[in-house]
Parts: sequence; structure tokens; C-alpha cells
Amino acid sequence: MSAVAANSTLHRTLEFWQASIGKKTVMAVTGGILVGFTLVHMAGNLQVYLGAEVLNNYGRLLKSNLGVLWGARLFLLATISLHLTAAFQLWSLKSKARPVAYQKLSSTKSSYASRTMYISGPILFFFIVYHLSHLTTGQTHPSFDEGDVYRNVILGFRDPIAFGAYLIAMGCLGFHLIHGVWSAFQSLGVNHPKYTPKLRNLATGLTALIVGGNLSIPVAVMFRLIGSDVQ
Amino acid sequence: MRITLNVWRQKNTNAAGAMKRYEVPNVSPDMSFLEMLDVLNEELIEKKDADGPVTFEHDCREGICGSCGFMIDGLAHGGNERTTVCQLHMRHFKDGDDLVLEPWRATAFPVLRDLMVDRSAFDRIIASGGYVSVSTGSAPDGNAIAIRKLDSDLAMDNAQCIGCGACVAACPNASASLFTSAKIAHLGHLPQGQPERLERAKKMVDQMNNELFGSCTNIGECEAVCPKGIRIESIALMNRDYSKASMMERPSTGDLGFG
Amino acid sequence: MELNSRVPSGDIQTRWTRTKFDMKLVNPANKRKHSVIVVGSGLAGASAAATMGELGYNVKCFCFQDSPRRAHSIAAQGGINAAKNYQNDGDSVYRLFYDTVKGGDFRARESNVYRLAEISVNIIDQCVAQGVPFAREYGGTLSNRSFGGAQVSRTFYARGQTGQQLLLGAYQALERQIDAGRVQMMTRREMLDVVNIDGQARGIVCRNLTTGAIESYAADVVVLATGGYGNVFYLSTNAKGSNVTATWRAHKRGALFGNPCFTQIHPTCIPVSGDYQSKLTLMSESLRNDGRIWVPKKVGDKRKAAEIPESERDYYLERIYPSFGNLVPRDIASRAAKKMCDEGRGVGESGFGVYLDFSEAIKRLGADKIKERYGNLFEMYDRITGEDPYTLPMRIYPAVHYTMGGLWVDYQLMTTLNGLFCLGEANFSDHGANRLGASALMQGLADGYFIAPACVGNYLASNKFAPVGTDHSAFKDAEANVNQQTNKLLNASGKRTVTSFHRDLGKIMWEYCGMARNAAGLTQAIGKIDALKEEYWASVNVPGSGDELNQSLETAGRVADLIELGSLMCRDALAREESCGGHYREEYQTPEGEALRDDDNFSYVSAWQWEGDKKAQTLVKEPLTFDYVHPSQRSYK
Repeated sequence: MSAVAANSTLHRTLEFWQASIGKKTVMAVTGGILVGFTLVHMAGNLQVYLGAEVLNNYGRLLKSNLGVLWGARLFLLATISLHLTAAFQLWSLKSKARPVAYQKLSSTKSSYASRTMYISGPILFFFIVYHLSHLTTGQTHPSFDEGDVYRNVILGFRDPIAFGAYLIAMGCLGFHLIHGVWSAFQSLGVNHPKYTPKLRNLATGLTALIVGGNLSIPVAVMFRLIGSDVQ
Repeated sequence: MRITLNVWRQKNTNAAGAMKRYEVPNVSPDMSFLEMLDVLNEELIEKKDADGPVTFEHDCREGICGSCGFMIDGLAHGGNERTTVCQLHMRHFKDGDDLVLEPWRATAFPVLRDLMVDRSAFDRIIASGGYVSVSTGSAPDGNAIAIRKLDSDLAMDNAQCIGCGACVAACPNASASLFTSAKIAHLGHLPQGQPERLERAKKMVDQMNNELFGSCTNIGECEAVCPKGIRIESIALMNRDYSKASMMERPSTGDLGFG
Repeated sequence: MELNSRVPSGDIQTRWTRTKFDMKLVNPANKRKHSVIVVGSGLAGASAAATMGELGYNVKCFCFQDSPRRAHSIAAQGGINAAKNYQNDGDSVYRLFYDTVKGGDFRARESNVYRLAEISVNIIDQCVAQGVPFAREYGGTLSNRSFGGAQVSRTFYARGQTGQQLLLGAYQALERQIDAGRVQMMTRREMLDVVNIDGQARGIVCRNLTTGAIESYAADVVVLATGGYGNVFYLSTNAKGSNVTATWRAHKRGALFGNPCFTQIHPTCIPVSGDYQSKLTLMSESLRNDGRIWVPKKVGDKRKAAEIPESERDYYLERIYPSFGNLVPRDIASRAAKKMCDEGRGVGESGFGVYLDFSEAIKRLGADKIKERYGNLFEMYDRITGEDPYTLPMRIYPAVHYTMGGLWVDYQLMTTLNGLFCLGEANFSDHGANRLGASALMQGLADGYFIAPACVGNYLASNKFAPVGTDHSAFKDAEANVNQQTNKLLNASGKRTVTSFHRDLGKIMWEYCGMARNAAGLTQAIGKIDALKEEYWASVNVPGSGDELNQSLETAGRVADLIELGSLMCRDALAREESCGGHYREEYQTPEGEALRDDDNFSYVSAWQWEGDKKAQTLVKEPLTFDYVHPSQRSYK
């Protein structure tokens, strides 16, 4: 391939990123990856119901290969960064596109969730930071024990403030996903009268699954359904 | 009926604007919204009001030319389904209503005066590629290409766009995606539009971005206020064509050289 | 003055081909050196500007709206005729020509009409190639319908929005040329004067409607495509902005005005509901295919429609015209409705309306079938009146819809001013005294895409053009003239608003120069209009100033011209002592009350010459000859 063609490929990639549709595509793809991660992450976490040994073994398994672990972490970090950067740039476009606000603006058919993506998104970002410091690195955990994932989870969720934070975060995640999952398909150009209602249902189902699955853990802990023996 | 109006008054693009309050007594339910403003304006002219009559754009008053449009209580064209403000009648309001009238607000639509804005950005989007490049005289017979009825109907659904700007006005991001996609979809559904299809999507979307319209967040406010019922399905088509154009575009083999 | 119509002689079928062959051509390399001004961006203007841009001329196109896509051509609903004979039902160019001449009640030029029919087929091809989504059959071919009582199906359509789709096609072609830099679009500019230099139209003066600045533009040729003047009646189906100003100012500079009194009144419009009414809305003529028109038999019967028993209803069209019934031509249906209302049998609060009843059709075909055929029209009626036509009969009344008159042009569309061309509804040319349904779009596009580009080229190649700039004294004079009028309007500082004058003018025109006219009424109207004109200039109240966006000032200039035009229309109607097409003089009717033409004395085009502010225009006649379609009496009994 000649240098000219290579240059134009780079140029086109940059141009695509610069266009709002390009950014939307990036948001859709990174969003999809993050939804996938959330699902896997939840499946892993649900092993808490199988007892301390299973969960702690799972924790050790994840950390057994540092190369894979850090590879995955960096990949996720890059994904989130792209998702955030695109979101931030699109958001700043919004205020550039309408510097004078309406004195009165009503909405008709758009959902509350769809209109508040710029609110649920940042909350989720701060939650992720908190979540990492809570159950991965432990700075915000009352009594963190690096090797005992099960104990960390049980003790962590008994704290009413942490419990509340997870509750709010899962609410935001629900709002974010219920619009985001369907919206990703629209951004990628998938909209067909036959399949769009099904995609909307898929978004709802997926949201219910993720929010329900994730929320069940702190609820179960709080009401001593699991880990009542941990002190 | 008695209606109170809070109207945005602004002398020209560079002047500061402000809300002014007006009472319109004796409104008939059979009046159109613009006819009610006509009555108010007649009164303002007769009273030699300092701000003069309220300027608003209008022409055909049949809902097809796309000239009219402003926000009524935060809703583009007043929010009545598939209705432009010239076709909106006062019977949809109640005696004593207190309404806020504002112009479309977007960087790409600077206010010219009161409720009138400059929508020439739309023309520039069309000029960037919203056509089939066929000069007069070079057309084959009208029946030379058979077009599936469904494709023709889908093209027509999108071609109906009147370019009023309500989609931009109602969008929290001031995005012109519905307008732009309507033209891309109109021509994209027809065989005549295929040779330039990807190029067209690329050029028009780039022009839309250059005009400083916001980005689409797929929330659907635009399709709810569109007087012609154009749907965001067209935006998906635009996204598809644009991505394809960006990713699959290539030079001809002749331009690749021998490297 | 002698009019030279430049109509070619010989076989009508080859007239246009021979004319084109005889035309001089501009060398391709020289085309960009020629500048063309096109005023108006409707079907005729946009298509002419786009095509001349494609040919390589240096074009400037002007419109008063914010975008060329707003022009009133956009509101045409029905369709566009073309002699394609796709339906194999016996149509041909010759038949379309014949129908149009006859429909125009033998007051149009045969040569022009034949050319129109001939070009009609090219228009469809061009529009399809542009991507105009005409209705299609399941097999993928173009669909046709019969329209306005034609016996063949030759009307192409795009739902009820044919005008919109054709205009957007032309608009897109125009935008393509704008992007290519061959056309410069000047929006929000209103043409206020034509500038003549050494016997050639060399430019225009216009007002920038955003800033109020008076601007001059010079060119080698000026093309007007500024539409019709139905708004002289105040209430019409025209857009609020439609006006006569461009053509009227050209008229005052020496262009003759042809057949001003020929106006078309459409029978099926939504009636007026109150004094505040600003315009009228047309309901497609197709409604008469299934709806039955009636009024109560008793004068002053104010009962609700449902309470009037069948035996007390008068289905007057079916009674008077048993063979055509509800499908009689537009002018006849309109006059009959007026007659019923004048007898005091009109319906609705104002008494100016007749019922268009679908109850029988709904019973016969079912509501679903009716919805399928007329759903969007019923919806529109409901939106405007708040009444449901599925349960209550519609109320309709005739309204002014189209003006056949306009600037007089020769066969090559040039006015009597050298270098000033006029296209579309703005000229008088092809429809005679009555226009057939679905022919307006055809004429606008024939003029714009095909005829004007050829004729303008011929003019440019045949003449010499001294370099002229906008600093020329003729431009300065015209600017001064425009400024003076603006100041006069702003300084009248009277009490009455422009709209109130316009409404008065409309009432006079509708009463005396509307569906039925007579000598006494027309004479009276001329006096009233002259008095109105005097009052207007003395006491009109135009707020604001000239150097800002000022909609009242824009309207004030337009109404001033409409008042003068109104007077000319009445004088034209008075001078034409016969009835033909849309022009119905009560003195000239058959014993059955039908229009009575006088071919011996009035087979001519009336072209009026401006003689200055103080004097009435003089009449110049262009005799019409009919070598192919022989004049006959129309009968629909």
C-alpha cells in the first residue's frame, strides 16, 4: 500500500471520530463491550450464593495470570475512556449547538431515561471509582482483606451507606441501559419496524437481568440471607 | 376565549431579546394560531405599540411550505400531532391559557427577529449533496426503471419533509439528524439515488456538523413533533450509510499506484 | 403598439422543433460570461435557474422567502399531466393539446399549447430521474389517475403532494448548481423594479428583507417567474406572501399585462369561518367523485343537515346537469354554488357554503373504502373545522385559486420589454380563459426546464451587451424610485392597517369581479378601487422603519400594487363583453344560463399597456386563430 493510501486511512479514521456519527458509533461499540463485561462480572459475582470457598477460588483464578488480568483491565480502561471521551465531547457539542436555552421546554414521547443519559452516565463513572476502591483496592472498605473476597463482600454491604450507594448506582445503571442498549443499535444503524420492538424488549430484559442480579447480592447480605455467619 | 401570550421579542440578530406579555381577548376557537397572532398584530399596529407587531414567518398556511414554526409552551408547533402551527386551531386551547412563545433555538438557526429564525443551514445541507446529479435533458424514459412500490412509498414518506426545523427545535441537543436523514433516506430508497448514495451521506452529515448542529441521542423528540411523521428509522439509515461511507471508501485502483 | 407574438407558421407538430433549430446558440466557452437574473424560485424559477446553471450561464436567483423550497408551487395537491399514454387509453400529445385548448375556452394560443403538450412527456422523465417519488403500481411502473373530468388517465401524482415533490426536485437541482458555484441564491430579496438600459432589461432593484437595504443587480437578461396574483381577492388559496409586485413593476416599466381578468375559482374549498380569516384552504377536486353536493330546498332553512329530510334536499348539480352531475367543470360548479347561496339557501353560519355529503358513499362503499380514498383530506378538514366529515356533511364554498392572466409574452416567453422573460403562472400564455386540473405544474416546469433556457440562449446569442454596472444612472433612478415609494408608505402615518385595506380590496373584487360579473358592477368597482387607492396612500398605517426586517412594510408595497391591479382587472372584465371560461359576464349567457362566448368579436388576447400613473392603461389586441381545434360551445347537460 502506498503512503498516500495509508495516510488517507488514518485521515479517514480521524475524520470519522470527529463526526458526531463516528463518536456515536464508538459509544455504541464501547457501550456494547461494557454491557458484556457487566454481564460476565455479574455472573462471577453471583457465585457468592455458592459460599465463601467458591467465590474466593474464583477471585484467585482471576488473579492467577497477571498478563491476562492486566490485559483485561487495560482493555476495559481504554473502552471506558473512549466511551467517556466521546460522551463528553458530544455533550459539549450540545451546549455549543444551543447556547441560549428555552425558557420553557416540554417533552412529548422521549423517556425519562433517554433524556438523563448525561446524568446517569457521570454517576456511574463515580460509582465505578468508588466500587474499585471499595471491593478491589479497599480504601473505602471498613475492614478489607485482600485474599478474602467473600468476607469483603459481606462486610462491605452491611454498611448502610455503601448499601445505599449500590442501590442508587444500580438504579442509574438501569436507566442507562434501558435506553443505551436500544440506542446502541440505532446508532449502529439497526432500526427496522419488525425488529425494533424486539430490540426494545431485549433492552428491557437485559436491564432487568443485570440490575436484578447485581442488586440481589447487597439485598441478600443486608437481610442476612447470606453470610450471616461472617463477623 | 381569552389567551395570554408571553412572546419573545428581539429586534434583530444582535439585539438582546426579552419576553413581553400580551392579552388577546375574544379569541374564536375556529381561529388558527397564526390568525390569533394576526389579530394581536392588527391591534399592536393600531395602538402604535413601541415594539411593533410580532414578527413570525409564515406563507402557505396549509402546513406544506414549512415557513412557520415556533415553540408554544416548550413544544415545537404546539405539540399537536402532525400539525404545523398554521394548522393548529385555538379550539385545542382553553379559555384563560397563559402561553409562552419562543423562536426555534439553535446556533445554526440565529434569530432574525422575534419568532423568526434563519434556517439557511438546511439549504446548505441539501446543497452539499441532497440531490441526484442529473442535468436537464439527460433523463431516460420515466418507466425505464421499475421501482418496487414499497421503495417508492418509503422514499415518499421521507421526501415529505417540509424543512420547518421543528426537529432541531425540539431536540435537547439541537440536532438536525431527522432533517438530514430524511433526504438521505428519500434518495437512498430509490434506484436513482444509488450511485451517489454513500458520498451523499458523507457530504451531508459533514455539512450538518459544520453548521454546528448537535448530535443525536436517539431519544425521539424529533419524530414526535415532525408535522410529516418522519421517523428516526431514517436516522439509523443515515448512520449506516455514513459509517459505510467512512469505513469502506477507497480510492480507485488507478489512484493506488504501484506502491 | 403592434404585438409580435413570434408564433412560427406551418405544421403545428414541428413548430417548436423548427423554432429551436432556427435559434442561435451561445458558444459553450462564452456561456459563463453571460449573466442571468431569475426572480422567483417556484417550479418555473427554480427549474429555469438550475437548468441555465447546468448550461454554464452565470445565474443569480432571487426569492422573497427564506429558502427557494418555500415557493407556493409546493402547495399544489393534485398532479401533473403528461401525454405519456402509459395507460394505453388513447392519449397522445395531440389529445392533451386538444383538451387544453378546449378547456381554456378557446382563448389560448394553439402553438404554445401544442408545445406544452409535446414537452409534457420530457418533464416526467426529468423528474423521475431526479428522484421525485411519483406514485407507482405494484409492478414498479408509474401510476396515473384521471383528473378534472379528463377522459384519459394522464395525471402523475405523488400522494396529495405533487407540487411539493416536483418543487423539491427542482430545488435540489438548484441547490446542486449553487454548490457548483454556477447559481448564486439570493434569498429574502423582494424585487421592486426592473432596470432598462438602451432598450434592454439589464437588471433589477430589490429590497433585502432582512436588513432593509435597497440593492441593485445587473445582468444581461432578466427572467421573472413570480407566480400569480390571486391574492388580489385577499382571501384565496394562495400563500400569504404570493403577490403581483414583480410583474406589476415590470408592467409599469413597459411590459404589457395579458388577460388580467381571467381568474380561476375552485369549487371545493373550506368556507370562511369569521372576519379574522386569513386564507382559504383547498380540498382536492377528487372529493366530487364520491360526494354529493346539496343545499336545502327552502330558503333560510337553518336546521342541521341531519334534520333535513331527503325530500327537502336539492342536489342541484345532479338536477341541472343530469349527465355530468357533481363532476361538472370547476367554473360551472363554482357558479352554481354561488347561485344557491345568493338565493339564500347557503348552509353554515355565514350562509356561504354548500354541503358535500359522503353519507351515501359511506353507505354504499363502507367507511373504510372512503377513508382509503380520502383519508388525508378528511383529516385536514377535521383539523381546520373541528367537524368530522364521516358523520357530518362537509361544507364547501368556491375560492380563488389560480390566475390565467399575467405578463404578455411571445412564443419565446419574452415580454414586450426586450430581454425580460416571464415564466409559469406569472405569464398569461397557455391556459386561455380556464386552466385544466393538473396543468399548472406542467406549464411551470415546461417553461423552466425546457423552453426558457433555449429562448434565453437565443436572445443572448442574438444581441450585443454593452458592459453595465449597478452604478449606471438607470439603477440609481430606479433605487430612488423605490426609496421614494418606501418613504411614502412609511410616512403616510394614518390609522388603518395594510391588512384592513387589503381586506376591503378583496371584498370589492370578490363581489364585482369574482364568479359572476356585469357592466354595472364592474363600473362601480373601478370607482371604489380608485377611491380605495387614494385613501390608501393618504392614510395607511405602516409601523417601523425601512432599514430593518419589517413585514408590514413588505405587505404594504404588495397591497399598493394589488390595488392598481384590481382596477385593471375590472377594466379588462368590463371590456371583454362575452363570457368565457373563468370570466362570466351575466349579460352574456345562453338561455340555460351557461357562458356565451363571442368568437367573432373577442377571439383575442387583451394586452394592457401602462400609460403612467395618471392615465388608464390602453388595450392592445393579439388576435387568436384556431387552425386545428375549432371553437365549439361547451355543454355538460
